[in-house]
Amino acid sequence: MNIIVCIKQVPDTAEVRINPETNTLIRDGVPSIINPYDTHALEAGLQIKERVGGKVTVITMGPPQAETALREALSMGADDALLLTDKAFAGSDTWATSYTLAKAVEKLGADIILCGKQAIDGDTAQVGPEMAEFLNIPHIAYIRKIEEVKADSIRVQRLMDEGYDIVESSLPVLLTVVKELNEPRLPSLKGKMAAKKAEIKKMGPADLGADENNLGLKGSPTQVKNIFAPEAKKDRKMLEGTPEQQVDRLIQELRRLKCV
Amino acid sequence: MDYFLTEEQTMIRDLARQIAEEKVVPVREELDEREEFPWEIMKVLARSDLFGLFIPEEYGGLGKGSLELCIAVEELSRACLGVSTTYAANALGTFPVLLFGSDEQKKKYLPDIAAGKRLVAFGLTEANAGSDAGGIQTTARLEGNEYVLNGTKQWITNGGEAEIYTIIAITDRSKGARGASAFIVEKGTLGFNFGKKEKKMGIRASATRELIFDNCRVPKENMIAKEGMGFIVAMKTLDNSRTGVGAQGVGVAQGALDEAIKFARERHQFGHPIISFQAIQHMLADMATQIEAARSLVYSVARYIDNGAKDISKESAMAKVFATDVAMRVTIDAVQVMGGSGYMREYPVEKMMRDAKILQIYEGTNQIQRNVIGQALIKEAAKRK
Ligand SMILES: Cc1cc2nc3c(=O)[nH]c(=O)nc-3n(C[C@H](O)[C@H](O)[C@H](O)COP(=O)(O)OP(=O)(O)OC[C@H]3O[C@@H](n4cnc5c(N)ncnc54)[C@H](O)[C@@H]3O)c2cc1C
Ligand SMILES: Cc1cc2nc3c(=O)[nH]c(=O)nc-3n(C[C@H](O)[C@H](O)[C@H](O)COP(=O)(O)OP(=O)(O)OC[C@H]3O[C@@H](n4cnc5c(N)ncnc54)[C@H](O)[C@@H]3O)c2cc1C
Repeated sequence: MNIIVCIKQVPDTAEVRINPETNTLIRDGVPSIINPYDTHALEAGLQIKERVGGKVTVITMGPPQAETALREALSMGADDALLLTDKAFAGSDTWATSYTLAKAVEKLGADIILCGKQAIDGDTAQVGPEMAEFLNIPHIAYIRKIEEVKADSIRVQRLMDEGYDIVESSLPVLLTVVKELNEPRLPSLKGKMAAKKAEIKKMGPADLGADENNLGLKGSPTQVKNIFAPEAKKDRKMLEGTPEQQVDRLIQELRRLKCV
Repeated sequence: MDYFLTEEQTMIRDLARQIAEEKVVPVREELDEREEFPWEIMKVLARSDLFGLFIPEEYGGLGKGSLELCIAVEELSRACLGVSTTYAANALGTFPVLLFGSDEQKKKYLPDIAAGKRLVAFGLTEANAGSDAGGIQTTARLEGNEYVLNGTKQWITNGGEAEIYTIIAITDRSKGARGASAFIVEKGTLGFNFGKKEKKMGIRASATRELIFDNCRVPKENMIAKEGMGFIVAMKTLDNSRTGVGAQGVGVAQGALDEAIKFARERHQFGHPIISFQAIQHMLADMATQIEAARSLVYSVARYIDNGAKDISKESAMAKVFATDVAMRVTIDAVQVMGGSGYMREYPVEKMMRDAKILQIYEGTNQIQRNVIGQALIKEAAKRK
């Protein structure tokens, strides 16, 4: 079983600050960690390997410093690590990020691709599903339990607002995971010592056979105009009554506010 | 202070600290309250390779020394002495095999110990033989290819939970100090049973039990070293593990100081945070200074041992006595700094104070440590003449 886990290095804080002039994340002085959801994805990968055998490869796209995140993943038990780093990747939005990651997955080949539900800085939760689209494979998001892994299929529980779905898919498949799935293991000393010495493979656009027009800022359809925290408006109204009455009142309200 | 730890030593400290903060701190109060053995944490330590720290690489360990063990013990102790006692007593029980075991014994036992698959305990103390270990009454009589053990060991840490026991018993009473021998006894051996679990003031997550030997037969190959070496095995074992008790003292004292400082910054009286009062600052300053002195001594003695020093009785006794006396004073002062809150179970320092007391008692009371240091001074002075 070839398992690929996509991990993102993120600032260790829930409050990401934005540079108002450049509209980019301020990363200086903030220690970096593996995106917390991705450690659950890695744990899932390691557990699948322990159950059915195989190999776990972690990949990340990021600046050269993202190597630290890969070494941490190796110390937890990942077999191999790949860093996608190049000037051409800089400024990627989710479209360009998922294109680039998908290219790497194509290159390595995988039966199961694991991602976190979302990154705690970018927060879009788009990269996983978008990758699956680029790869033209099925994806299941918000996995809270992996019930069964077979040579050519997988059965999982997908978290819903109320309860969960049981979903079965053929392989290859892309899964994005929530924290309820498992408790990530701590690194081992032997793992840490080996990870310190391990060689981290690096790839750039040419190695991936990627189309330069799809990469980085150039390949990103998202144009960030302004980033701000929306003002929390306090006046809100709860509509009551039967669903029909509520719809009527909602329409009246919207008309009154000249929204429709 | 920077102790110029190597990259690997820093790695060990960081991992032990991460385990302490993430896995021990959240459960320590409950473990204490319920007097529950910390099996879950032992599993985490095993998975993280910490049981193999001081075991040679050829037996599946990491081949590190006394300093690395002290660093790991200190970090765990910062969170909970009950947990760190469980871990440190495992090392105590392993030292007889490590220092004196045959190749076969090492091959048979060390890999499982390094992997954390089997816990170890050390059994010397008896009801009538505490400080005066020479007074033990448990006997081991050779019968054919087996030794037959009879007697009861008291207050044995990890008793009942451990799978492997290193036991000191009398093989020939007429030979006095040369009359004891050391044995490996496995849990499940016929005639080997456990007595009651003790109820204690502190380190309540640690299990302390009686070991009862009633015509318990162990194969001759289970004798460690030679017949008559029992007390030498015991003394060298304690010499090697005592620095670890010192490290426990440093850890619990640091944990208590951390709590006291945090509290003193938040607690306001007379319109000011209490940490702005000089009386509080001076207490904290003395606590911090004593801890740093204790840590310096413990690390220095550990490095001395790791550099191959032969006679370490005096130095390891100094590390133990100083650091554990510091631990007692500092934990008492931490409670004082925190006032009534410090006395309440809601805060962790009352537990730290209860826990710290054991460090002045086990593995040789601090009076006995001072005896050891005193005797070494006399010996040294006599040599100089
Ligand atoms: C409005 C906006 C402005 C931004 N501006 C900048 C900017 O100026 N500079 C900048 O550097 N970034 C910027 N980003 C961030 C960047 O575009 C995204 O973080 C990135 O494309 C991934 O999206 P995400 O963080 O939302 O991840 P999500 O889609 O939430 O992540 C889901 C999962 O995908 C995987 N994943 C995501 N990213 C990676 C990766 N790089 N490598 C491996 N796996 C990954 C992980 O498994 C993760 O758990 C911006 C994002 C937004 C939304
Ligand atoms: C929680 C706990 C765990 C333990 N774990 C283990 C274990 O795993 N294995 C094991 O073998 N033992 C263990 N012990 C036993 C421990 O090592 C002894 O309790 C210790 O050595 C002291 O012996 P004692 O309690 O019999 O005190 P005693 O020897 O009766 O001493 C009583 C008092 O007299 C003082 N005293 C005695 N002799 C002298 C002297 N010559 N000069 C000055 N003062 C003296 C002592 O310092 C002490 O203050 C444990 C004990 C406890 C409480």
